Amino acid sequence: MISTVLSRLGLAIVLGFGLSAWAAVAADGGRVPKPVVKIERPGQCVAPPEVIRRTHMDLLVHQRDRTVHLGERGAKISLNGCIACHASKTTGSVLGSNENFCQSCHAYVAVKLDCFECHQPKTGLIKSAVTAGAKP
Amino acid sequence: MSEPQKSGSGRRDFLGATAAATAAGLGFTVLAPGMQLIKFAEANTNTVNTASAATTHTASAKVRWGMLIDTTRCATGCTDCVTACATENAIQPGSGRPGQSSQWIRKIELKEQATGREISLPMMCQHCADAPCVDVCPTGASFKRADGIVLVDRHSCIGCRYCMMACPYKARSFVHEELTQQNPEVPRGKGCVESCTLCVHRVDKGQEPACVEACSKGDHTAMLFGDLNDPASEIAKRIATTATSQVRADLRLDPGVRFQGI
Amino acid sequence: MAGAAITFREIEGRHGYYGLLAVCGIFLALGAYAYFQMEHYGHIITGMDNQIVWGMPHVFALFLIVAASGALNVASTASVFGKSIYKPLAPLSALLALALMAGGLAVLMLDLGRSDRMIVAATHYNFKSMFSLNVFLYTGFFTIVGIYLWFMLERRMNPWSKAAGVAAFIWRLTLTTGTGSVFGLLVAREAYQSALLAPMFIVLSFAYGTALFLLTLAAASAASKRPLGDAITGRLKNLLATFVAASLYFVAIFHLTNLYYMRNHGVEHFILINGGIFTGLFWIGQIAIGGILPLLLLLLPGVTLSRILTACVAIVIGGLAQMYVTIIGGQAWPLDMFPGYTASSSFFDGVIHSYAPSLVEILLGLGGVAIAASIVIVALKLLRLLPEKLDNATLDLHHAK
Repeated sequence: MISTVLSRLGLAIVLGFGLSAWAAVAADGGRVPKPVVKIERPGQCVAPPEVIRRTHMDLLVHQRDRTVHLGERGAKISLNGCIACHASKTTGSVLGSNENFCQSCHAYVAVKLDCFECHQPKTGLIKSAVTAGAKP
Repeated sequence: MSEPQKSGSGRRDFLGATAAATAAGLGFTVLAPGMQLIKFAEANTNTVNTASAATTHTASAKVRWGMLIDTTRCATGCTDCVTACATENAIQPGSGRPGQSSQWIRKIELKEQATGREISLPMMCQHCADAPCVDVCPTGASFKRADGIVLVDRHSCIGCRYCMMACPYKARSFVHEELTQQNPEVPRGKGCVESCTLCVHRVDKGQEPACVEACSKGDHTAMLFGDLNDPASEIAKRIATTATSQVRADLRLDPGVRFQGI
Repeated sequence: MAGAAITFREIEGRHGYYGLLAVCGIFLALGAYAYFQMEHYGHIITGMDNQIVWGMPHVFALFLIVAASGALNVASTASVFGKSIYKPLAPLSALLALALMAGGLAVLMLDLGRSDRMIVAATHYNFKSMFSLNVFLYTGFFTIVGIYLWFMLERRMNPWSKAAGVAAFIWRLTLTTGTGSVFGLLVAREAYQSALLAPMFIVLSFAYGTALFLLTLAAASAASKRPLGDAITGRLKNLLATFVAASLYFVAIFHLTNLYYMRNHGVEHFILINGGIFTGLFWIGQIAIGGILPLLLLLLPGVTLSRILTACVAIVIGGLAQMYVTIIGGQAWPLDMFPGYTASSSFFDGVIHSYAPSLVEILLGLGGVAIAASIVIVALKLLRLLPEKLDNATLDLHHAK
């Protein structure tokens, strides 16, 4: 009887410590560092940040199919457009370390970033201006 | 010499109808490969209007892009078109064996066995109207745009290489290793199959393919690019008035690339 | 006890059993290592290139897939053709078919350039593609043969096992037609483009599958100390000899028809006369070891079990040689885009393509074999697949009934 009470008490203490420790870690950002969201070339994004954060993958997938299959060029959404604004000014890339725009968030949420298996993650290599839109 | 334009369409429609019937029987909704993807994506994205007002161009079925290659003007040993393609599409020799490097366009030197007559010509994807690579691709990644350009959608290519087995022109290459030096407008990467895109990113902007531009600059003018469907275009006029041929016309694939002087 | 039902029992599986599993485990690990190497570095570390686009993994994969279909022979003979002497062996036959299919498909999928995109292959179909249709044929094979096996093992379902057996029989003939057609429908390549490839693959599957079944049965009976009577092997060897003879017939017809067409003389001359390794593998591997030797071993008087098993090993070696000649030999011959001209280019136009398989490709292929073997070994211990007794008295008793 007494032993049961004691053990329950012990459990409560352990739990209490555990929870407070967890709360303390959470308060200063957790053991995993928060992603570095540094906008290198600030300005008007194609959509508000809260929309972009949740739907950028859908927007890109949608436009990629229209571009590849229908030949739609100069659309507002484009991966090269993202890279143009978000590439690091020092390395010119959205990849490379957890300081770089795309990689930092994707590393944080542990989502595989497949785009750059084929796409060029660096800006400054565009010969003909992609962002300038379609020429007639 | 030249084959009728719509030679293979009957077979194609028949196969398509059969396939659709099979699919319906199995309980699947079949749309044209690729269009299915677009439908999925459209359902998800109502929040942002993706296409800006600047977007005017989409591939049109009224157009059939094609090329005419005059082998009598193509110089033996000249590789201007190959170099221009490599520069434009950022195609470097790989780090493996030569046979593992991609070649979107190559020069073939021919010698007629009976007479010894020599011909030099560039060979690349022939952008067939009834392309075997499109037929055999299991995922629909190999597809033909409305304007006749045959492409690989690298987003759905699984790298099975069946299209490479099926292509009569040896036009396709498999990317054997990781790439880093891509042209931002020409994505390419490890594990996918690729081939000449007819410089689709340039064509969509109203420019000529890089190889054709280089050939004209080099004053050879052996390559002519244009709309086969437009009777007023130079290519259509030349095809209508001079003898041209398609490579492996016996297969009735109706390639968009024609040759003079073979 | 006349008329008593045959008792099925799991094998005991003592020390030797775990040793065998450990050997399989080593090959599974090596196969996994090969896969991750190919996944990491790309196909650059393989012997494959833009000329020989399908290599050693495909030789193993297609051999296993074709043999899988044939491994069902014994079950089909029992259920479809009513030869009840084979009925006690039908569960093992179905299981071997599933195991070989799993091994072959694994190799095929792990060789893909983007094997991480299997979900794309499973959700996007182009119904004009023989590969796409094969995705359905392969998954259907697992389902139907799986149900068939279940109906045989579950007593309440026994009455339905004949119907399931018929369905499995029809399905696997369709499946091998599909596998042969992967090559048969390639119009551009002279070594393929023949409707004969579909029935030829079916007959080859009969021989390869039956040979692998006999080897598996003999191994299982020896390991579980259930002596194999010659009633069953004596009948199966006749069946096997018929399949080998039919295979030789189809191969002969395939090449003879090709020889009648002038445009195919080049490729036929290459495979049959001056193709180096391919010619050697064709005549010595496929024809001599895989065809004539087994026929002699099976048909000359005084057949023993060891002679039958030697014939089976020869058929398997011949089968791998056949796949190598068909798949790699067919690609080694260059495309003839300009008949009447000799062609040369930086992209190997007009030259015979060379191929040297790399170690990773072979390890990946052997990994597939190990998958198939592991499934069989584990299932024999867990499931009641094998009759308690395989001697003549037990099997003939069943037959007589």
